[in-house]
Amino acid sequence: MHILNCFHCGEECLDEVIRFSEKDFCCTGCKTVFEILNTNDLSYYYELERNPGTSPKFSENKFDFLDNPEIAEKLLEFDHNNIQVISLMIPSIHCSSCIWVLENLNKIHKFVRSSQVDFPKKRVRISFASDKLTLKELVIMLARIGYEPSISLESYEPKNSNIDRSLIYKLGVAGFAFGNIMFLSFPEYFEINEFWLEKFKHLFRWLMFSFSLPVVFYAGKDYFTSAWKGLHAGMLNIDVPIALGIAVLFLRSTAEIAFDLGTGFFDSLSGLVFFLLLGRFFQQKTYSFLSFERDYKSYFPIAVTRLNSEENRQKEEQVQVYKIKIGDRILIRNEELIPMDCILIKGKARIDYSFVTGEAEPVSRKSGEKLFAGGRQQGGIIEVEAVKPVQQSYLTELWNNEVFSKDKNNAFQNLTNQISQRFTIAVLSIAIVATVFWMFYDASRAWNVFTAVLIIACPCAIALSAPFTLGNMLRIFGKHKLYLKEARVIEQISQIDTVVFDKTGTITTSKKETITYEGLELNDAEKQLLTGSLRASNHPLSRALYRILDKNDIALPENFEEVTGKGLLTSSSDLKLKIGSSEFVKQPKAAQTLSGGASKTSVHISANDEYKGCFSFHNAYRKGISELFASLSEDRELIILSGDNAGEREKLEKLLPAGTLMFFDQNPGDKLQFIKDLQQQNRKVMMIGDGLNDAGALAQSEVGIAISEDINVFSPACDGILDARKFGDINKFFDLSSKAIKVIKWSFMLSLCYNLVGLGFAVTGNLMPVVAAILMPLSSISVVFFATLATQLLGKKLESNLKPES
Amino acid sequence: MNIIYLLLAISLVVALIFFVAFIFSVRKGQYDDVYTPSVRMLFEDEIIKNPNTNQSVKKEKSS
Repeated sequence: MHILNCFHCGEECLDEVIRFSEKDFCCTGCKTVFEILNTNDLSYYYELERNPGTSPKFSENKFDFLDNPEIAEKLLEFDHNNIQVISLMIPSIHCSSCIWVLENLNKIHKFVRSSQVDFPKKRVRISFASDKLTLKELVIMLARIGYEPSISLESYEPKNSNIDRSLIYKLGVAGFAFGNIMFLSFPEYFEINEFWLEKFKHLFRWLMFSFSLPVVFYAGKDYFTSAWKGLHAGMLNIDVPIALGIAVLFLRSTAEIAFDLGTGFFDSLSGLVFFLLLGRFFQQKTYSFLSFERDYKSYFPIAVTRLNSEENRQKEEQVQVYKIKIGDRILIRNEELIPMDCILIKGKARIDYSFVTGEAEPVSRKSGEKLFAGGRQQGGIIEVEAVKPVQQSYLTELWNNEVFSKDKNNAFQNLTNQISQRFTIAVLSIAIVATVFWMFYDASRAWNVFTAVLIIACPCAIALSAPFTLGNMLRIFGKHKLYLKEARVIEQISQIDTVVFDKTGTITTSKKETITYEGLELNDAEKQLLTGSLRASNHPLSRALYRILDKNDIALPENFEEVTGKGLLTSSSDLKLKIGSSEFVKQPKAAQTLSGGASKTSVHISANDEYKGCFSFHNAYRKGISELFASLSEDRELIILSGDNAGEREKLEKLLPAGTLMFFDQNPGDKLQFIKDLQQQNRKVMMIGDGLNDAGALAQSEVGIAISEDINVFSPACDGILDARKFGDINKFFDLSSKAIKVIKWSFMLSLCYNLVGLGFAVTGNLMPVVAAILMPLSSISVVFFATLATQLLGKKLESNLKPES
Repeated sequence: MNIIYLLLAISLVVALIFFVAFIFSVRKGQYDDVYTPSVRMLFEDEIIKNPNTNQSVKKEKSS
């Protein structure tokens, strides 16, 4: 059969095809969006991009908490005179059609006053008339057209609206001063004793001086503070020689113009600061739509349904989760998250803890048993009683660990600073030796030589090599779907000697994709009825199973009954099928004899009350895992650290190279401690994980990489987010990182050559301002050029390497 | 050549105007999102099609 693609979302129409207005849709949700847009003159949406939409999936009462004015107030940016402004994060923004439709919201609802999309941040800022359109209605309208905003506990925190723009200001100041000083110093480059030049040069020089003041005291002030901090900690970081260079340049130039000895080096000074800041700016590549600082708050709901019993009547109320006190009764619906540790009171709990503990299978709990925060209820509604507030729950307590307040940046000494250590000492000794020599030879020039050495040796080019190489690499990594938090991480990746993997969701896919059948073989009539019955069911397991079954002869059931949370009862002529959980099929004993017994996610089948067998769903291992591990294990130790039980050990041992260590049943705290222990053995550890249970380990490790099936949804705090489809390429990223370090080293060599030439001028006492003004930018530009070229070549090579696979 | 003083003053004033304009635009947040405006400027209002009557008739039939 020819597979049709949905006109709205572009997904393959697997289960059903809805023909509407001569177009195909995969589900009613997509069709409805099309209808809404079409009736509101917004069909241009589909012309701008092909299949731009996202299928809307939400339940109506999901946003009930927005009726609570207290919560709504926290979310709103502005609220006055019936005008409200809200900025919403919408993860599904992905193309120009999205921008277009969201900025034309007022066509759908006329009380939307205006809306503006910030595409890189995936946010939309909407202003609306609140007397005619409530916040809840607005959010539901967005969700209906497939743009469901993500509102979590994080949105409740006070917003940090101060964006740090100081680097741009500094860059602006330095660039402005640099340009003007170049103009003003130009006439004197030619050293013609011309009448008018003699007359104006003092004015020009003092103008240059005044331009250089903001450069030194504003734009360059970070270098002084950083150098001071470095010295304080007993470390000669790269900013020490830079700060020294800036200070000497400024003081000598000021002295020169004050005593009319020469023009000074104001041009080189401002150029130096400008280039250095440019390097910083370049390195500061940010993925504003990703967040690397997330904790449980962006995963937890903002509000829950509290049950208040008043006069023997129970009333439901939406309450902010922080307001829940011990003893409060809470209602948790299907697919909702349990925000705090609690005790189950009523209902049948089937809790999916995969994100919290790494356990792959949902667990069933009976009333009276304890439920932990972070689990997701699957099935019907349950009623629970809170036993701990959110902040002190089992999972959230992990965040009180000190690792989360530590800045990884401070602990790491980068390559540039290591080089700078030796470089600074060398420069200082050359300066002193040269000065001592000139003291005896020609004392009048000793001061000149001393300052000239410090000026020319200012390691501008060295300081630029790493930012440009790593900045470029960061972009290349981003292109291949590894999004790193900052450039530092690349250097650290190249030093990693131990890689620790989480199991569930990291080396396995989060979807259960492999299905196996065990038991008695089904005959044709049974198979046909099974397929026909599954087609009518909307349960995810039915859908998944239906997809793999043969769809040639389908027998439609005459009687069909779906028992929610249990299974299907269907019959056709003399055949009666029970499809569902082992209890439902009422053959738990027979089921237990099979290896895919009760604990696994499985669908059991009985025909005319005779037990047949079960389909078991397994988490599939990611593609290319064996190859990846084989290639990584060549020079690194690999460890599997799983929160799940040891059931998969044998399978993993077959799959992975010998010598891969495996540890099971690790809780989040154990994982953190495990990484710490490795580090105490002087190992450089990379942790690759996906869930909240890995959050501690990700924060503790040198490099924490979070694997994500969909980079727009939650991933815990980490140093990098990797698209799950690129899992097999991790070894290539390692390779690329070490190559980047090589490029930096070569750039260091190049810039040292320039420094040697410059030092030649300096120690002989011949440093002219014009030479400095040429040499400094020349060395910087050629290093930048070299670094960019080399990294581009590496990027090209990687691309051609990856092509045959993808 | 005293005109140099005037020219210098003018050039400085012009440079400062641009500098202040730059600082002002950064402060207003004009550089916070440098991608969306590039897409937005390509949208044209008049391209929005009115639902043509033919189509809506068909729609009712099919549904």
